[in-house]
Amino acid sequence: MKYIDEFRDGELAKNIAANIAREAQPGRSYRLMEFCGGHTHAISRYGIADLLPPNVRMIHGPGCPVCVLPIGRVDQAIRLAREHNVILCTYADTVRVPASDHLSLMRAKANGADVRMIYSTQDALKIARDNPGREVVFLAIGFETTTPPTAVAVKQAEAAGLKNFSILCDHVLTPAAMHAILAGDVEIDGFVGPAHVSTVIGSKPYEPFADDYHKPVVIAGFEPLDVMQAILMLVRQINDGRAAVENEFTRAVTREGNLKAQELVAEVFELRDSFEWRGLGSVPHSALKLRDRFAAFDAEQKFKVDYIAVPDNKACECAAILRGQKRPQECKIFGTVCTPDNPIGSCMVSSEGACAAHYSYGRFREAA
Amino acid sequence: MMSTVKPNYTRALDLKNGRVDMSQGSGGRAMAQLIGELFAAAFDNEFLAQGNDGATLPHASGRLVMATDSHVVSPLFFAGGDIGCLSVHGTINDVAVMGAQPLYLSAGFILEEGFPLADLKRIVESMAQAAREAGVPIVTGDTKVVEQGKGDGVFITTTGVGVMREGVQLSGDLAQPGDRILLSGSIGDHGMAILSQREGLSFSAPIVSDTAALHDLIEAMLDTGAQLRVLRDPTRGGLATTLNEIAKQSGVGMMLQESAIKVNQPVEAACEFLGLDPLYVANEGKLIAICAPGDEDKLLAAMRAHPLGREASVIGEVLNDRHGFVQMTTRLGGRRVVDWLAGEQLPRIC
Repeated sequence: MKYIDEFRDGELAKNIAANIAREAQPGRSYRLMEFCGGHTHAISRYGIADLLPPNVRMIHGPGCPVCVLPIGRVDQAIRLAREHNVILCTYADTVRVPASDHLSLMRAKANGADVRMIYSTQDALKIARDNPGREVVFLAIGFETTTPPTAVAVKQAEAAGLKNFSILCDHVLTPAAMHAILAGDVEIDGFVGPAHVSTVIGSKPYEPFADDYHKPVVIAGFEPLDVMQAILMLVRQINDGRAAVENEFTRAVTREGNLKAQELVAEVFELRDSFEWRGLGSVPHSALKLRDRFAAFDAEQKFKVDYIAVPDNKACECAAILRGQKRPQECKIFGTVCTPDNPIGSCMVSSEGACAAHYSYGRFREAA
Repeated sequence: MMSTVKPNYTRALDLKNGRVDMSQGSGGRAMAQLIGELFAAAFDNEFLAQGNDGATLPHASGRLVMATDSHVVSPLFFAGGDIGCLSVHGTINDVAVMGAQPLYLSAGFILEEGFPLADLKRIVESMAQAAREAGVPIVTGDTKVVEQGKGDGVFITTTGVGVMREGVQLSGDLAQPGDRILLSGSIGDHGMAILSQREGLSFSAPIVSDTAALHDLIEAMLDTGAQLRVLRDPTRGGLATTLNEIAKQSGVGMMLQESAIKVNQPVEAACEFLGLDPLYVANEGKLIAICAPGDEDKLLAAMRAHPLGREASVIGEVLNDRHGFVQMTTRLGGRRVVDWLAGEQLPRIC
């Protein structure tokens, strides 16, 4: 397929792999974190780890939107659907994230809650228009990629005077999470920077990681060759002792990003003082909420459902895995109690999650 | 004296604008009329014409195979087919992959009150045509009507009976290390034809369901005398799920070559768009064959000589693996597990 096959070409992959193997210095270790779940998925799906020398190791970061959603946030959505009888709309995998009382949105749905999976915020608006007698809440999750469409929907709802539509805003910010990771005790030599997120925010917000933390960042697309090329570029920076923000994904990302989207997001949203992430705990200024002007569309205010923090399952290592301190197979319940069919921790939910990706694609590595 | 009793007169069914009503499932005259004017007229064969509660069938020699399949597809009409022909093909294939010659079908209909008779006619005629083309008559059936809101237009259950070919022994637990894995063509066509229609996606080249009866292709494969161990049609759950089922039943592993598995371009595009993996998408006219090493070439030649197997290829090999992993060498040259489908295949977010 045009613009797809070119970035999945096996011969080119071999060339890049040969360059990485030649340039990675044997005495050195290269611990690279791919921030995004999209990269984690590509690495696992295409078996990229097999093409890397042993001293180039990929650490899976927290950039999987459903993985960082804490239990309390899902509980909030379930309460809305069950106690306030709203039509709860959300994206795909979110419906499988484990919540309190052995529930998830999917299980709540089986018990009678009206939960609907949608592909676009426009679908949620349509459901609201088609059901004037019902309240419709969009559980808005995701990083900077999914935030502009939510902003568009809120503005459209305002313009159309749509009174039965609101959002439960769980949009989070990438750079804040990267700061939180670097503030911890994870050994990282460089980042494969986000693809889609960067099309919106540009490459500029990553400059502090290079300048202040002296960590190289290479923004890369989600195709396997993008990831491999980025790894090669990181190896070169590390060898040279450089730390710069480089852009492998020039076909979609500029330094400034999508200014129109940024303006729209700034118009509709403002920073939350603090937001709890699964794995990272409370991170200051790491998430968004609706501005007061749009308070009528804020489901938290409209239905007065407060956020109640809930601790993760004690045996679950999602927190350490999301920070890159542990690998999925080092978790006691990985692959036993916790599987993609019955996820305990959120990293097992989405195929972008480190645990689900390893379970689904990489398990044979432990078989030997 | 002339009799004054008037002859029975029944107004013909309004197959253009009429709708299914509750009386047509009640066992009375209205039901008899629906069966007579629609089903019996379309399926027309000597066994159905017996008009009894069941069909009396000729003596068959050999072991019998029986399979059943319920069809609830939505939308009822899709590019490349409809629920009618699908319900015929699906059951014929289930009988045929056992290594049997399909002989007869039964059909059970659950109709929803209010369903347009014109649509029902289209579906029934499509079934009749599929059965005729396959040479497998629908010899008995049943019709029920449920109240509006309690069905989704029409559900069809078909059951097939066939007779085993002499000397053939096919089973999911017979795959052995070293065996070759063959696939009869591209994957994901049926599932994506349905999904893209449901999601309102259109492509310059529309995605067409691959629904087809495979018994003729299978006969050609059995005629080669190749040592076949397993035949399966990878329907729900797709290629990946079916291979995992076989690996589990046989207690073996598998290694697939991604580059040998054909995915049509619009299917690949639709999967990219919806965040799905074609390995897990349903097929309705494809089969997986596992054969003894050395026999793959003659099998492949026979498959490629048949219109439904033109794009057949060897996609992998059975391995000795106590973990039962189905693995794949990716197009990039890496390795990965091709796991069971977890839950429903849900699209990824970003």
